[in-house]
Amino acid sequence: MVWYIVRRFLQLIPVFLGATLLVYFLVFSLPGDATAAICGERGCTPGVVAGLREQYNLDQPFWIQYLLYLKGVLTFDLGTNFSGRPIATIIAEVFPTTAKLAVMALVIEAFFGIVFGLVAGLRKGKIFDSSVLVLSLIVIAVPIFVLGFLMQFLIGVKLQWTNPTVSGDATFTELLLPAVVLGLVSFAYVLRLTRTSIIENVNADYVRTATAKGLSRRRVVVVHVLRNSLIPVVTFLGADLGALMGGAIVTEGIFNVNGVGNTLYRAVLNGDGPMVVSIVTFLILIFCLANLLVDLLYAWLDPRIRYA
Amino acid sequence: MRFTRTSKMLSVAAIAALSLSACGGGSNESGTSEGTTDAVIVVDGSEPQNPLIPTSTNEVGGGAILDLVFAGLLSYDAEGKPQNEMAESIETEDAQNYTITLKEGKTFTNGDPVTASSFVDAWNYGAAAKNAQLSSYFFESIEGYDEASAEGSTVETMSGLEVVDDRTFTVKLSQPESDWPLRLGYSAFYPLPAVAFEDPAAFGENPIGNGPYMFASEGAWQHNQQIELVPNDEYEGPQEAQNAGVTFKIYQNDTTAYQDLISDNLDVLKTIPTSDIKNFKNDLGERSIESPYAGNQTIAIPYYLPNWDGEAGKLRRQAISMAINRDEITDVIFNGGREPAKDFTAPVLDGYNADLPGSENLEYNPDEAKKLWAEAEKITPYDESEPLTIGYNADKGDHKTWVEAVVNNIKNNLGIEVAGKPYATFKEARTEATEETLTGALRAGWQADYPSLYNFLGPIYATGAGSNDARYSNPDFDQQLTDGLAASTVEEGNEAMNTAQEELLEDLPAIPLWYQVAQGGWSSNVDNVEFGWNGVPLYYAITGK
Repeated sequence: MVWYIVRRFLQLIPVFLGATLLVYFLVFSLPGDATAAICGERGCTPGVVAGLREQYNLDQPFWIQYLLYLKGVLTFDLGTNFSGRPIATIIAEVFPTTAKLAVMALVIEAFFGIVFGLVAGLRKGKIFDSSVLVLSLIVIAVPIFVLGFLMQFLIGVKLQWTNPTVSGDATFTELLLPAVVLGLVSFAYVLRLTRTSIIENVNADYVRTATAKGLSRRRVVVVHVLRNSLIPVVTFLGADLGALMGGAIVTEGIFNVNGVGNTLYRAVLNGDGPMVVSIVTFLILIFCLANLLVDLLYAWLDPRIRYA
Repeated sequence: MRFTRTSKMLSVAAIAALSLSACGGGSNESGTSEGTTDAVIVVDGSEPQNPLIPTSTNEVGGGAILDLVFAGLLSYDAEGKPQNEMAESIETEDAQNYTITLKEGKTFTNGDPVTASSFVDAWNYGAAAKNAQLSSYFFESIEGYDEASAEGSTVETMSGLEVVDDRTFTVKLSQPESDWPLRLGYSAFYPLPAVAFEDPAAFGENPIGNGPYMFASEGAWQHNQQIELVPNDEYEGPQEAQNAGVTFKIYQNDTTAYQDLISDNLDVLKTIPTSDIKNFKNDLGERSIESPYAGNQTIAIPYYLPNWDGEAGKLRRQAISMAINRDEITDVIFNGGREPAKDFTAPVLDGYNADLPGSENLEYNPDEAKKLWAEAEKITPYDESEPLTIGYNADKGDHKTWVEAVVNNIKNNLGIEVAGKPYATFKEARTEATEETLTGALRAGWQADYPSLYNFLGPIYATGAGSNDARYSNPDFDQQLTDGLAASTVEEGNEAMNTAQEELLEDLPAIPLWYQVAQGGWSSNVDNVEFGWNGVPLYYAITGK
């Protein structure tokens, strides 16, 4: 088990190198000169442009730029973005907010998705099941920015239960609304996955055995049916954590959350190579760790799975 | 020129209402009602792109902060008229040699006096290539700028600047320029205390200025969240704070800010989002404003495109211009919220003239357009393999709708192939413009840095100018600009500028479309909101209710 984890961590090294190289190259290949974004509509004098190029190593060929960046990373210096601020500081600023938001969304979608899915699966074809299915279909079909603006307008502006936007402190209550919006779409998927999985397992042999053994229905459902049905759901949630971390651009924009998604979006527009690569690499590492966690959870959920 | 994040607009009908507040200058119903001065005003802002050093800021987000934290020799009032701030007097006899005397007893908020060196050192720092300051071109008129700003130059001072004593310095320009003093209210010309040069990056995080406001504390700039300013009690001048502080809340988009405005979580919003243009007057009623400012929208057509050069090119440019129904587009697309252009500048400026000879080229006239196009065809036939495209950046602002409308106008009236061409990012479009690789026209928005006709002409249409995307070159035009700058009074200068504009109206290196108008609103908690000549609210004048 320990060896398995160590091996998985070692695998992160080629992933890190490959990801940074690929992303760096993609940003490098974006059309347009990065200094043009810095200089604005009127442009800078040639002297200023030359100075900027030197400052950000833009006058170097791709390989040198990349190796300089890599050298910085290995010495724990991510460099500065095009506004002259240390990238490490920026990540430290925006990461906690996004992490809070993502975890809240994950908890919301996991809890409600699994509970609703469980009930719907056990009462297949009944009124609760049908209405939940229709509801989840609507949530999946409506684009997230529509849901976002709608809930912001109703709850933030009309009812005034909460502020329509998130302040710099990003408190728990402020993040609740965006977390609900963010979690809604995945909630529908979790619900459907859980429901299908439950329906499959309810008629499995081991469930019949458990019931025949005289176990209470509660114990059969929670320990046997639910636990075995969670594997696909956990897989989905693990992948979703990564998506929530970096892919919350729309929600973060609507609620003015100063998070990773927004920072990444701005950096891409400005062709801010080091910034984009740093954030994306960071996200990839989180994604890998979430996957590792999911794999370990498999073993716990299904004792037949063993790692060595 | 500063790039604005979003396009702004106006209604023709509103001009009348506007001129009430604009021309009244706060002397009548707007700007005089009593309000409380103990309110902290929350306004919308955008994250400054660079450290808050005056010469390294070239965009509106940082500009708005700098304008409150620093005070230059001059500032501009609501109509763009210069008023003395730090300057006691700015004197010249030949429009080339200036003697500038400072007021006594002015200080920075760290207690340092504002001296002649505060200005001279800041300007030298801004111009020197080794400091790579984005606004360095603002010093181009000063003698010695070329040496200091040349690529790789190690020269740190401009020979045209000389400190006489603590309160006096002289400036020698490389040529006479009568409108030069007008520029001195722009942020690039602000003074800096000595501490700024010790560690510019750290200073840019917590700038120390001499303006009506100062940072509430070290670290008042919470990046991408907010910037908190409080009044500077030492400041005395025309922009004294009428409130207990201004907090800039940073928004990623205007739509979000608008939700905060209508729920009273935000006090002033300077740009109404496009999606709410149609209903903001209903939502806000008395609390909305439409105020024209010194900005315009044009389409630049490069001369290096074969179809658009020479005599035939000129006729084609005129035909295109006459094929665009500006009245209809401003009316339908902008909900009557922009003003059709009559020249290359903007109506709020001193010396603006809507009836210049040649301005009929900017009027909708499809019959004449067809005729001109046919004439051009006789000279050189239109190369169909390179149909006209109108480029725009799709990342900021909302340009697609109006570009499509313009495209349809031209297509329908002239029967030629035209298409809109979106660029994914602003920088992509800029790079092509700089490297002369544009394959079609490019939209260009211009917002004045300082209130002067020249600012709309020189930097964009003079031969070899920094923003001359069309690569226009006309010796007569250049000569008239030079004459205008050398004129002994600003009035004479304006006349020459307008004569120069007649050349532009004839040649149409770019096709002016419309003038910009700020559309903004405020919450029910504040009063006395007025927008300045540049479309930015006069933050210091806002009071609580």
